[in-house]
Amino acid sequence: MKILVAVKRVADPDNLNKIKLSAQGKVDTTGLEPKASPYDDYALETALRLTENGTNTKARLGEVVVVTFGPKEAEQMLRAMLGTGADRAIRIDATDDVLDGDLVARGLKGIVDKEKPDLVLLGYQQAESESNEVGQMLAEYLGWPQATFAGRITTTDDKVLLVERETDGATAHVKVTLPAVVTVIDKIVKPKSVQSKHTPTTHNYADGVRFAALMAIMAAKKKPLAEQKLADLAPDATLKVRYANAELPPKRAAGVKVKDVKELVTKLKTEAKVV
Amino acid sequence: MAGTLVIAELEGGKSRSTTFSAIAFAKQVGGSFAILAIGPGAANAAKDLAGFGAAKVIAVDDPAVKDYVVERFAPTVAKIVKDGGFDTVAVTASSFGKDLAPRLAAKLGAGYAPDINAVTVDGGKRLYRRPTYAGNALSWLEIATPIQIVSVRQTEFPAATASGGASPVETGAYAGPDAAASQVEFVKVEVGKSERPDLGEARVVVSGGRSLKEQFKQVLEPLADALGAAVGASRAACDAGYAAPELQVGQTGRTVAPQLYVAVGISGAIQHIAGMKGSKVIVAINKDPDAPIFQISDYGLVQDLFVAVPELVKELKAQS
Ligand SMILES: Cc1cc2nc3c(=O)[nH]c(=O)nc-3n(C[C@H](O)[C@H](O)[C@H](O)COP(=O)(O)OP(=O)(O)OC[C@H]3O[C@@H](n4cnc5c(N)ncnc54)[C@H](O)[C@@H]3O)c2cc1C
Repeated sequence: MKILVAVKRVADPDNLNKIKLSAQGKVDTTGLEPKASPYDDYALETALRLTENGTNTKARLGEVVVVTFGPKEAEQMLRAMLGTGADRAIRIDATDDVLDGDLVARGLKGIVDKEKPDLVLLGYQQAESESNEVGQMLAEYLGWPQATFAGRITTTDDKVLLVERETDGATAHVKVTLPAVVTVIDKIVKPKSVQSKHTPTTHNYADGVRFAALMAIMAAKKKPLAEQKLADLAPDATLKVRYANAELPPKRAAGVKVKDVKELVTKLKTEAKVV
Repeated sequence: MAGTLVIAELEGGKSRSTTFSAIAFAKQVGGSFAILAIGPGAANAAKDLAGFGAAKVIAVDDPAVKDYVVERFAPTVAKIVKDGGFDTVAVTASSFGKDLAPRLAAKLGAGYAPDINAVTVDGGKRLYRRPTYAGNALSWLEIATPIQIVSVRQTEFPAATASGGASPVETGAYAGPDAAASQVEFVKVEVGKSERPDLGEARVVVSGGRSLKEQFKQVLEPLADALGAAVGASRAACDAGYAAPELQVGQTGRTVAPQLYVAVGISGAIQHIAGMKGSKVIVAINKDPDAPIFQISDYGLVQDLFVAVPELVKELKAQS
């Protein structure tokens, strides 16, 4: 199976409460360490699990290509992903201010047309914009089926995926014939969430994503990393949405500490009047 | 007819509560609006939706839309938008809305404003506001296309209530599937069962963290009963199997904004806070006085939860 994984570099998702606002009213993430958006790391982990035998992960049994839209600095993230196990990487040279989700989806369509993967995997949303849109738009532009919010994927033949979609309070089971677009949530990296045809059903993966061994990082320096121009992939650079200024939400002031349960109940009754 | 098309979300032949938030959005932006009910029991649901002041309610029922498969739903919605000349399509940002709206946007060549929590009109221009950066920023955006697709955050658009009157109900035609629908087979849907109020709608939510361990239910349920609350959980509690996965509150779980949120043994990671900081009153019970959850709590109690929660249940009964 050949899988394309779309990834995005974001400011450290665990410290987004430290963002500031610039004088121009834009979000300023200076000082936060750039990282891959966590759901994209999960998408890569999913792709690797689908293209290997979990009991012998050294042998690659498929191809995983990671692709990002970003400046030169984003190549560091791609290199790390090559170290983790991706076979090739592509960087489409573009910065966030010239992109919207729709243009990213159209650019990805350009890549898919060239690469012809069987499957495109994405995080269901990225940690900064949290728009949750690129996978669905890409599926429409490709005329492919989509399975969003995937928490579990099983395949016995690499042609059909059985996907468990986690929707509000329910799990929808769908069978999707490839090629398709699938977006993943965090549950996809649990020990039994991905069952490929190559891995014995008894195998348990470690919980979470794998980390690159130092040797692998060194070896990954030789793996191909190509650059492409956005204009070659999506000739029309018109944006459909334009982000204006941002503001910081009103800070919730820390309230009071109560000394005991009795005081808590009294305050909830007489002051907050919620019980 | 310009105006807004609201897409109802149906379940068991009725509108889910999410539908009423999308209607609230349509009423707020003004102008005329219509409601589309698509799926099994649409005709019935349409009757209930006729009392909200819509110019009309369109019902589409067909064996092809028996189960929700976006590749079958989206083409019909797109055709109704085009034929009706609507300039705005609104849906609530539930899993249903978030799955459907972007595909619809691409189909219609329309811009999409996801998960908005406010809308304003400024000199004829409509601006949408949405939480970004795990709720640490509010970003304003504008859509540049003639048709605008919007999903609204349920907790920020209080459910519209029926205003009386009877909108005409029309039967809409199923417009056929996307070609990609032949690659999708709907197998089944499993619905998490709970006798408690739904997390998204509850007036009170009691949430527990991983520190509750195997006693999650035993400790929290009496408190939830005493408060008539829905039960939520941190991801760590869900991951460890102490709480059912559908109870997860936060960035990857449900977004809640009840009148009262009680966080029991939850540290307050930013991904958890992103899903509950819109709550009116927040109470935290945690034995660590420096737990980040206290920074956003109105009332903090530093105590061992295994002592505090049973006491709280007693005290609530005593003071009632
Ligand atoms: C991409 C991503 C998405 C995520 N999405 C979510 C999400 O949607 N929702 C979510 O909740 N998390 C999410 N997380 C996880 C989040 O970062 C935290 O790991 C998680 O919320 C922690 O859960 P917790 O508070 O139960 O556990 P911990 O952080 O371990 O906290 C336990 C707390 O319990 C207290 N405690 C322990 N024993 C007692 C006792 N006897 N009495 C009183 N207090 C006690 C401790 O002081 C501590 O504060 C996400 C993480 C990532 C990376």
